[in-house]
Amino acid sequence: MTPSWRSRQFWLPHPLFSLFLALLWLLMVNEFSVAHALLGLTLGVVIPLVTHAFWAEQARIRRPLPLLRYVLVLLLDILRSNLVVALRILGPARQLEPGFFTYPLALDDDFAITILASTISLTPGTVSIHHDAEANTLLVHALHLENEIETIAEIHRRYERPLQEIFQ
Amino acid sequence: MNSLDMPWALQLVIALFLLGGAVVALIGSWGLAKLPDFYTRLHGPTKASTLGVGCTLIGSLLFFSHQQDGVSVQEALVTIFLFATAPVSAHMMGKAALRRRLRGVARTRHMPEE
Repeated sequence: MTPSWRSRQFWLPHPLFSLFLALLWLLMVNEFSVAHALLGLTLGVVIPLVTHAFWAEQARIRRPLPLLRYVLVLLLDILRSNLVVALRILGPARQLEPGFFTYPLALDDDFAITILASTISLTPGTVSIHHDAEANTLLVHALHLENEIETIAEIHRRYERPLQEIFQ
Repeated sequence: MNSLDMPWALQLVIALFLLGGAVVALIGSWGLAKLPDFYTRLHGPTKASTLGVGCTLIGSLLFFSHQQDGVSVQEALVTIFLFATAPVSAHMMGKAALRRRLRGVARTRHMPEE
């Protein structure tokens, strides 16, 4: 599986990611100079090279525009979820009805599932806890579970379907 | 740092962001102390603290963008990294708790049996 060390595949398995790392480095040092650009590019080559073995199959982002909308929706929902959780924490703890539920996944790409699981953890009152690869389900814990069918339907409508659009 | 060369409206906005962030972070920690079991406590740090740190960072971003020339982007990076890593750590802790068969509070619905 390892490509020859003379090929581009070996040195630059993820060219866009390398560029991203170089840019990230420049943003982090917060100044632009040739030295820093070179250092960033070196990091951009070395880090993917060293971590290549841990990478899953590469996912393709098919449509960038829905991705932008997804990020906006997510930011708003993070705000909302923070307020909801803050209110739940301040309210009486005896009224909470925590519970687990299993979320059946329609996505099958590892990267997309990772994004969905992270989204679930960042949004109102739910944390994803376990991914069952065989049954392709996510185990989710909810701080206050009122109606699991409704919660599942909302996650599907709000997050999973846009992700399907983006990645498939 | 005795005379801040800064319009008072901006100072007010920054102060509001810092205070708001502090309050939200405080609520998150309060939840950590108050909620009844491990699984519910997972919700505090992943949510309330991300917004708390986010608000504090916006305040910091405004402050340093005004003090130095140009926009300071490091705070935005911190926020992005925080949002990317907080769910992962919550996921790992939840998984570890399941593996160790930690019990939730008695009224937890659908407690996994395996």
